[in-house]
Amino acid sequence: MNVNQGYQSYKELITIQNELYEEGENELRDSIVSSIYMQAEEIANKVVERDQTKKFYWDKKLDDILTSKYTGFPIMFLILGFVFWLTVTGANYPSAVLANVLFDIEGELTNWFMSVNAPEWIHGMLILGVYRTLAWVVSVMLPPMAIFFPCFTLLEDLGYLPRVAFNLDKLFKKAGAHGKQSLTMSMGFGCNAAGVIACRIIESPRERLIAMLTNNFVPCNGRFPTLIALATIFVGGWVGSQYSIFAASLFVSFLVLIGIGVTLLVSWALSKTLLKGVPSSFTLELPPYRRPQFGRIIYTSMIDRTLFVLSRAVVVAAPAGLVTWILANVMIGNQSILAHGAGFLQPFAHLIGLDGFILMAFILGLPANEIVLPILIMSYMSKGSMIELDSIQAMKELFIANGWTWLTTLNVMLFSLLHYPCATTLWTMKKESGSTKWTLFGAIMPTVIAVVVLLVITQVVRLLGLV
Amino acid sequence: MSLMCKSCSKAVLNKKFNIKLNCHDDLVIALAGNPNVGKSTVFNALTGLNQHTGNWPGKTVENARGNYKHKDKKFVLVDLPGTYSLLANSVEEQVARDFICFGKPNATIVVTDATCLERNLNLVLQVMELTDKVILCVNLMDEAKRKKIKVDIKGLEKELGIPVVGTTARSGEGLQELMDQVYEIALGFQTTSPRPLVYTPDVEWKIEELTPKLVELLEGKLNPRWVALRLIEGDPTILDSIRNFLYDDKDSNAQEEVACIYEC
Repeated sequence: MNVNQGYQSYKELITIQNELYEEGENELRDSIVSSIYMQAEEIANKVVERDQTKKFYWDKKLDDILTSKYTGFPIMFLILGFVFWLTVTGANYPSAVLANVLFDIEGELTNWFMSVNAPEWIHGMLILGVYRTLAWVVSVMLPPMAIFFPCFTLLEDLGYLPRVAFNLDKLFKKAGAHGKQSLTMSMGFGCNAAGVIACRIIESPRERLIAMLTNNFVPCNGRFPTLIALATIFVGGWVGSQYSIFAASLFVSFLVLIGIGVTLLVSWALSKTLLKGVPSSFTLELPPYRRPQFGRIIYTSMIDRTLFVLSRAVVVAAPAGLVTWILANVMIGNQSILAHGAGFLQPFAHLIGLDGFILMAFILGLPANEIVLPILIMSYMSKGSMIELDSIQAMKELFIANGWTWLTTLNVMLFSLLHYPCATTLWTMKKESGSTKWTLFGAIMPTVIAVVVLLVITQVVRLLGLV
Repeated sequence: MSLMCKSCSKAVLNKKFNIKLNCHDDLVIALAGNPNVGKSTVFNALTGLNQHTGNWPGKTVENARGNYKHKDKKFVLVDLPGTYSLLANSVEEQVARDFICFGKPNATIVVTDATCLERNLNLVLQVMELTDKVILCVNLMDEAKRKKIKVDIKGLEKELGIPVVGTTARSGEGLQELMDQVYEIALGFQTTSPRPLVYTPDVEWKIEELTPKLVELLEGKLNPRWVALRLIEGDPTILDSIRNFLYDDKDSNAQEEVACIYEC
């Protein structure tokens, strides 16, 4: 057919363009662009009529404040802190109620299993394994998500997120990365896998890779509940009850800042070493402020985000609960498989201020960060703790009974913030970069950073005798 | 590419843009526009889908698509990434340009923000240069009203030579009329006469010089004037796209097969 003919035409087009280039006709580009702009302006002037008497400067004023060198970052921090404060305060009560209800049901279910003389192991697997994990995931995660996500979507809808991106843009450029990375990073707050996909908006392969590799340093939906829960029960506990919620939300905001800091630092390091290059420029437009659509916000945050994340957590948590229960109850010698694993990890875990069970939980939690905490709780419970887990407070007691100190809590939060991304994110990374090598790097590099940070903190704290 | 099967003109949609039509009669409509003009809101309002709308640029990376029915026809709406122009300065701009240029949608809706029409018109004029099946949707009319900005829709229609519809997609205002116009244009019941962009004499002269050769090379597959302009401005991406979309006949047979298995 005319395959060759087509190729010939293509060749000839190339020749024409090359000739034009040699003639220097490319200088006409500016002329072409300005012709378009002039005609657009001409038409607009004919059909648009503006009321000159009333000018709308308020949004410009607001932008000046929100993106100012001096007030931009403090305001960002305050808004973030306020959202977390709202989340922690609002989630406390419904979490307790949900936990009560769900664990009452557990009692009923146990009674039923007893009454039909079900074998002990079936009851263990289904109720103590699957159901209990699910109940924890739902009661710990649902209320904070139901508050946090609408707040987050509200900020997005109002147009505040692009201002955040604008504030961070300069920093990313300084780090040798693309300014658009501030946008992909903000997406990562929702879900790191989504953040990695969003990196497509960055054209330069070098900068796209940097953005992908560092996306997981900002906590995602799956990790916020963990961070919030730990901050609530521990950080809150240390400062006296009247300031506890305030301190907890401040602390989570602080963790987010650490995450952003690490993102910038690693981006900078990568662009100076493995991924050398000069950042390319782009213009970031600040979209107008819009009156948010409340119906849509509720819908988006409830259906798209809350239910999506929750159902993902549930889907992963059910089998994970089962596996964990089996690992925790199948004995080899006088110890469970889980305990063997934890025992094996213990020396290393102790070195970085965690314990073997925590490390096991993070490893088993690879499919989804949401289930790390539930797995950990189950591991501790199966060790024979007699605590009835029917409130958030009980979680704290369980952890303390297992030797947690403030250092352990801090380390768990930092590890959660910095460690390898979840399996979904890694898989997405592989798909988007097309490279197994970089995907492996994306898993190992954050883990090494997490371990080093924990090691340094732990050793310093222990040396100073603070715990 | 043989002309055995006329409907195979839609094969490129399937193959290059992964758009599957259930039926030969489905009409493909592209949705273009600057970032943040409520494009996704228009998309959701028309298709009833819930593509996440966020108030920030760069949200739509891929082409999202959805369906709607109007009168007796089924439409496939393709939400292109938001762009300020089609000059292929970025991936988004290239994606949008390639879709309109090579995907040959039955019609293209350009969504604009009534409060900053001037900036938005650049894109409109560029799309009009590519295709005459264009409908302009001036969105966010409610905000323009609040800001006391008046847009003369009829005047704009006259200036541009294409149908113009004022909408407030959030409340659904004007969408019925938009769908009517799309229907008319896509099916060819109404034709447009887009105002041509005029360039400086040196550019125009160059275009004229290149046109005869381009007419011969392009065999009516692309608008020679438009290609001439791209060559003059030295756009490095256009030749790659031409090669990819027009001359990539390695598996042209397979392509026809794919296109011909649509069931009505």
